[in-house]
Amino acid sequence: MSNLLFDEPGPRARRRIRVATVVGAVAVLGLLALAVRQFAANGQLDAARWQPYATWPMWRYLLDGLWSTVLAAVVSAAIAMAAGLALALGRLSRRRWVRLPAAAYVEVVRTVPALLLVYVVLFALPRYGLDLPLFWKLVVPLAISNAAAFAEIFRAGILSVERGQNEAGLAVGLTHGQTMRMIVLPQAARRVLPSIVSQSVGLLKDTSLGFVVSYAELLYSGKVLATYNGLLIQTYIIVALVYLVVNASLSKLARTLEARQPRAHRPRRRLARA
Amino acid sequence: MSAILDHLPEFWEGLIVTLQLTAASFLGAAVVGLVITAMRVSPVGVLRGIGTAYVETFQNLPLLVLLVLAVFGLPEIGIKADLLVTAIVVIALYEAAYIAEALRSGVNAVSAGQGEAARALGLTFGQSLRHVILPQALRTVIQPLGNIFIALTMNTSLAAAIGVVDLTAAANRVNLMEAQPIPIFVGAGLAYALIAACAGFVTGRLERRLVMVR
Repeated sequence: MSNLLFDEPGPRARRRIRVATVVGAVAVLGLLALAVRQFAANGQLDAARWQPYATWPMWRYLLDGLWSTVLAAVVSAAIAMAAGLALALGRLSRRRWVRLPAAAYVEVVRTVPALLLVYVVLFALPRYGLDLPLFWKLVVPLAISNAAAFAEIFRAGILSVERGQNEAGLAVGLTHGQTMRMIVLPQAARRVLPSIVSQSVGLLKDTSLGFVVSYAELLYSGKVLATYNGLLIQTYIIVALVYLVVNASLSKLARTLEARQPRAHRPRRRLARA
Repeated sequence: MSAILDHLPEFWEGLIVTLQLTAASFLGAAVVGLVITAMRVSPVGVLRGIGTAYVETFQNLPLLVLLVLAVFGLPEIGIKADLLVTAIVVIALYEAAYIAEALRSGVNAVSAGQGEAARALGLTFGQSLRHVILPQALRTVIQPLGNIFIALTMNTSLAAAIGVVDLTAAANRVNLMEAQPIPIFVGAGLAYALIAACAGFVTGRLERRLVMVR
């Protein structure tokens, strides 16, 4: 909590805080009441319209979708992390012909929307005889676009390891590769762990592009279910809640990991995810 | 190449829609983000709680889920709006969470003495935020805000998935007619890269102009 902007409140400030508390609470309650009224006025609060989501078959279908979401996220995260590590090492290489292509990849992919990549895999590649299975049509574009983000995280992590570590490694006679593998990378890996987890939250959010690919992940499963039972808003609210619970737990994990790191070891991140 | 030249009007219209989406939703996101930041640093517990809940919720929901919920779900409870407007509002609300987070880290980076000095002069919470803290906080987060702008530009393409004919959708449509994916998609990608490059250039200039050397 930041108390940069206020001290221990005196009597007048306490009164103002009480007024603001009441106003804020009333505003939130008012919004909630408005939402409930809109739901009720359009008959969307009827028990019959929510009751299906108290039954197991509906949930089993959605949880199957969640499983596919997790599968797609884990596979694309694995590919993106491997590629990202290679790109990060490439960008830090002493050879220019390795450094430049790696930098170009990261900078270019950062400025191409993931959906455009999905369209390329969906509509362009089949024309050239490369018709991937549905699962890979989602995983490949996600891996391509997230590799750039992971590369920047790994690079920041490697750069955050003190130079002396590298110099010490070279001084005891290790080669550059050995120093990187045995001394720098293990330290960097521990430092980037929180960023990796929060980037994975972003990747998990990106798997909702399965909606476009018609790969049966959580959002697409929700769409199928809504077309089948006609409960549009109810289904999408439930889907949103499932995403919220999963992602909020992962974000919490990232914060816990971050809090356990000494402050001086936290690498600076350049890529803002939004 | 002729695939692009023959359909230049479609591309142009798509680009205009993308620019509209980007500009309008960034503006909205900046305003909402500023309000959320003010709430999160205020002395009022309830407002801080609302701000934190807002940021947590929107950062942990996929944008596409929000767009689908707004476009297909809201008409069910009698809220109907133009598709483009819906997309702008949803993207603005979503990105506001990221802007609020960036601004808050900027506020935390302002040294505590500044806030104390402002209060010692008798400025109220609102005054010290407006005249003392925010001008300094903004300068430290120009780069992150630029990155959010670029990410927002990329995210506007998701509007294509719910039926807004932006640059991505235009490219897709032209490709369905012409079946020449490589020039068409590369062209669209270049247009996005160009917008991002412009944003990068502007933030670079702004930063050099405004940054304070301590």
